[in-house]
Amino acid sequence: MQKKLIFDSDLLDITLGRLCEQLIENHSSFENCVILGLQPRGIYLAEMIQKKLKKLSKKDIPIGFLDTTFYRDDFRRRDTPAKASETKVPFVIEGKDVVLIDDVLYTGRTVRAALDAMIAFGRPSKVELLVLVDRTNTRDLPISADYVGKFVNTLESQRVLVELQAQGYKQNRIWLIDKE
Amino acid sequence: MSTLSQRHLLGIKNITRKDIELIFETADTFKEVINRPIKRVPSLRDVTIANIFFENSTRTRLSFELAEKRLSADVVNFSASTSSVKKGETLLDTVNNILAMKVDMVVMRHASVGAPHFLSKHIKANIVNAGDGTHEHPTQALLDAYSIRERLGSVEGKKVAIIGDILHSRVALSNIFALQKLGAKVMVCGPPTLLPKFISSLGVQVELDVKKALEWCDVANVLRIQLERQQIKYFPSLREYSLYYGINKKMLDNLKKQIVIMHPGPINRGVELTSDAADAQQSVILDQVENGVAIRMAVLYLLAGATS
Repeated sequence: MQKKLIFDSDLLDITLGRLCEQLIENHSSFENCVILGLQPRGIYLAEMIQKKLKKLSKKDIPIGFLDTTFYRDDFRRRDTPAKASETKVPFVIEGKDVVLIDDVLYTGRTVRAALDAMIAFGRPSKVELLVLVDRTNTRDLPISADYVGKFVNTLESQRVLVELQAQGYKQNRIWLIDKE
Repeated sequence: MSTLSQRHLLGIKNITRKDIELIFETADTFKEVINRPIKRVPSLRDVTIANIFFENSTRTRLSFELAEKRLSADVVNFSASTSSVKKGETLLDTVNNILAMKVDMVVMRHASVGAPHFLSKHIKANIVNAGDGTHEHPTQALLDAYSIRERLGSVEGKKVAIIGDILHSRVALSNIFALQKLGAKVMVCGPPTLLPKFISSLGVQVELDVKKALEWCDVANVLRIQLERQQIKYFPSLREYSLYYGINKKMLDNLKKQIVIMHPGPINRGVELTSDAADAQQSVILDQVENGVAIRMAVLYLLAGATS
């Protein structure tokens, strides 16, 4: 199996730092801003970014986790139902500037489901999308990210494997691998 | 991955501990959903579910209907009292006619034991048993065990006494299967005439004295006397029954530890439970009802999602 490293620990750190600077540039005071990490893996990135922003801008931005399972459009179209994770939105979405965070942007279907899931909690004033890896030319829907860690050209037969310390791995590493 | 071992939920007897745990984990997420400002998710929006009730029901039917609507399913209701069943149609014909209208799932309650099992052999839709005669009532057992897990942290190793009319209770049988699969110890307690003859062969303890049962258990699941199923007299009078088997607050206060009181409803206040016991702080009777919706959402979601 071919395995290509996209991010090692250092590069991930630098990239997250750059994404945070971009967020600061666009939001300055973060007064009305909340972060929503998408389950299952976006939540770890959301936490890392929230910590970094706290260090850089001294602002404690509210963070929530959003599970999109029940809003997916592939229910009953796959063999087994997807397993749901926890949704935790400890603030009001109504009128907020929301930054959705996920690890990989692929077909865009998860993001579509996330928009639906989020709107069930209220009407945000603005929604932005931050992803670490943007798989170019793979979208099924007209969705693009506002903040991108890295654009990666991939084949359909490949998969992005995310290993983060927060998930229990030794190092933060993100790979591009061939599906078996 | 995460899927049930069965296409239907006919009873607890033929599902596994893993199935039960998967249903509980899914119910956890649905419990969060039904406490949101917008309680509806679109998962089952292209699924049609028929609720077919050949027997009366308030809680179960409402609970199923709410669960279905909160999953965005299309719902049709049918009750035998207002239908052509009275004109002599067979069960299979009735259900096939409903299925011809393109229904994907059937939730059925029937007075005959095994009615949903019979149907499952003849039709394609997923079937959820909402109670068949005196046999099983799987979703009730699941929500009971789920409520115990919620209140006490887990079911494993807990002692649960089921008290009352065991003979006519489908809740009792499903509860015994569910609790044993999850590693709890189960005792049944009631007048000897209302205990099935060979109940101890299921591996449950049998106790005739309700005070001893209460002292033994962590959870008391109190059942109603099902007068409508009793063709002969099993005890002299309701008054005498409540004298010997009724549970009141004083009995609970005299115990060394606080036990959890459960009841599947409908309660006959003053017969099996006095009002002060039913409304006591240790009673989880209304939590059971809330959990019922989450459990039923989980069951419907998992059954509808398994297409293979």
